[in-house]
Amino acid sequence: MAIEEASTLTTARSSSKRPAGTLYRGNTGMWSWVLHRITGVAIYFFLLVHVLDTAMIRVSPGAYDAVMSTYKNPIMGLGETALVIAIMFHAFNGLRIILIDFWSKGAKYQRLMFWIVIALWVIGTAGFAPIHLANVFSEGH
Amino acid sequence: MSTIIEAPRTPRERSSKGRVNWEKWGWIYMRASGVLLIILIFGHLFVNLVLGQGIKAIDFAFVAGKYATPFWQIWDVVMLWLAMIHGSNGMRTIVNDYASNPVVRRILLIALFVAAVVLIVLGTLVVFTFDPCSTLIPADQALSFCPVS
Ligand code: HEM
Repeated sequence: MAIEEASTLTTARSSSKRPAGTLYRGNTGMWSWVLHRITGVAIYFFLLVHVLDTAMIRVSPGAYDAVMSTYKNPIMGLGETALVIAIMFHAFNGLRIILIDFWSKGAKYQRLMFWIVIALWVIGTAGFAPIHLANVFSEGH
Repeated sequence: MSTIIEAPRTPRERSSKGRVNWEKWGWIYMRASGVLLIILIFGHLFVNLVLGQGIKAIDFAFVAGKYATPFWQIWDVVMLWLAMIHGSNGMRTIVNDYASNPVVRRILLIALFVAAVVLIVLGTLVVFTFDPCSTLIPADQALSFCPVS
């Protein structure tokens, strides 16, 4: 293995000076994996439901509007907000995984990229949540 | 039973010479579909939840308006196929990681496969056979622009 090449098994030459486990064990590498897995499962189960609720447009306007009215309820609105936040983490961290795999410096900068993912996630949440919650909690429709 | 973890970057044993390496293509698919899904899903969320009144504006007429153009039909169907296969393949990885009982594992994998096929077929049919003025729709629910039957 070339000396320059960063290994996925050690963070010895990572951008951080802190000793840690490996890319996957302990610290950011492991937690990003845990979150990626949990968000992936959550999005998967929502997708199953979402295809079925959208299929109601093929039944009748009344059937579709009835199922959509449940999504406009405030409790569901909080759930939708959480789901979009989960998708944002999965999407940004997915890009980080792809960069670790394909970018020659990906493994070296995986920890820095994790914090960039978190920053984008916070910015995305700050952009989305107020708009969606305002729509959900506004009167009338 | 002894499990040997090989050194990283050990060349894979070529027992299946000449055959398709599905695991490799699955790995590539997760990454390729992921990049496309970022555009498709963020676009989907922006148009449906952020623009205008967001979720409050979504009803039958809103969807009928979107599916009046092939653009959103194709957008949604491509997103459906990519996401359903990506999600199911990801769930397959997770099942393989945690389901140690071979019978349970087999049942879960079959369930994932069946769910994926059924929902991809259903969703694709819904988008491409959708007719906002379908004669199956009760007259009192019909949209105003539909011819009165
Ligand atoms: C928004 C764009 C998305 C990106 C960039 C993305 C990216 C990724 C990547 C790179 C992986 C890792 C694959 C591997 O390690 O081989 C992954 C796993 C996964 N994804 Fe996605 N994904 C996206 C959307 C979705 C959607 C919509 C779903 C659900 C329908 C989903 C469900 C999963 C699941 C269940 C896993 C497996 C997690 C694991 O093995 O721990 N993803 N995703």
